[in-house]
Amino acid sequence: MAEKELTVDKKEVQNPQEFTREGPVFNPDVDIYETDEALKLIADLPGVQKEDLDIDLNENTLTINAHVKQSPQGNLLYKEYDVGDYKRSFTISNVIDQSKIQAELKNGILQVLLPKAETAKPRKIEIRT
Amino acid sequence: MKQKIKYQQIGSCFLIGNQETRTSRQSGGDIMAYTAILQPTNRLYQYGLLQNEMNRLFDNFFGSQSRTRGSNVFPALNVYQDADNLFVTAELPGVDVNDLEINVEGDTLHIKGQRKLPETDKDVRYHRQERGSGQFSRTIHLPFPVNTEKVGAEMKLGILTITLPKADEAKPRKINIKTA
Repeated sequence: MAEKELTVDKKEVQNPQEFTREGPVFNPDVDIYETDEALKLIADLPGVQKEDLDIDLNENTLTINAHVKQSPQGNLLYKEYDVGDYKRSFTISNVIDQSKIQAELKNGILQVLLPKAETAKPRKIEIRT
Repeated sequence: MKQKIKYQQIGSCFLIGNQETRTSRQSGGDIMAYTAILQPTNRLYQYGLLQNEMNRLFDNFFGSQSRTRGSNVFPALNVYQDADNLFVTAELPGVDVNDLEINVEGDTLHIKGQRKLPETDKDVRYHRQERGSGQFSRTIHLPFPVNTEKVGAEMKLGILTITLPKADEAKPRKINIKTA
């Protein structure tokens, strides 16, 4: 797949429901790819601390919820981007082995490894002659 | 080479067209941007209340992301100030500090860098690819002269913060009132 260019395009969550916390909520940019063994999700979550991140797999819905602490450093003089929380959900069609999910947050990037359950892995079927 | 000139409202002043952004995209995919934050000429600029109100009006009218959304400028910058410093912040998740180059020359700040995405195995099937990568470069004119010797930069949680101490002449000065 061709590489994507760098753009500034924070997508605000279009949600009919309101969040209890005031302020903008964004859909983080993600890459998702699949190998034979696992599904990998990588999300850009700048400004998110480990304790403010919540990843949840319920049935087949994976939800990422992240709170960004505003760190006011004086008065805003000029603004090109908004700071807000992140929220995004995905419906995972593969059968995931929930006990083996691994997540890592580093330098504003979240990586989630969702290993497929044994039953979901491709199996070569031998054809007898 | 495509050249786009865009006039935008800036946070420090409510006059439209006070900031000028030129972006040019070269065939190699480099993004170059030149942004000037001009010193506001209007005296009303000093009144933060009016400034905030105008920001709010503009945000409501254009949507809060209007100033950079869809443009080729990267990264988006926010500028904050307190009595002694100017802070420039940018969201750069996953950018290695070794791939960043920050220069200050007089009242001009240059940020140049590259965002590399780690290579994946060959036989992966992408479901989505939304995260961008490549080179970027931005130049902004600061609204005050700064002490270039003491400029500091920090990368934390994927957010770059550049701290630029104001030059002595730009610091607010308390004026003592003599009583007769």
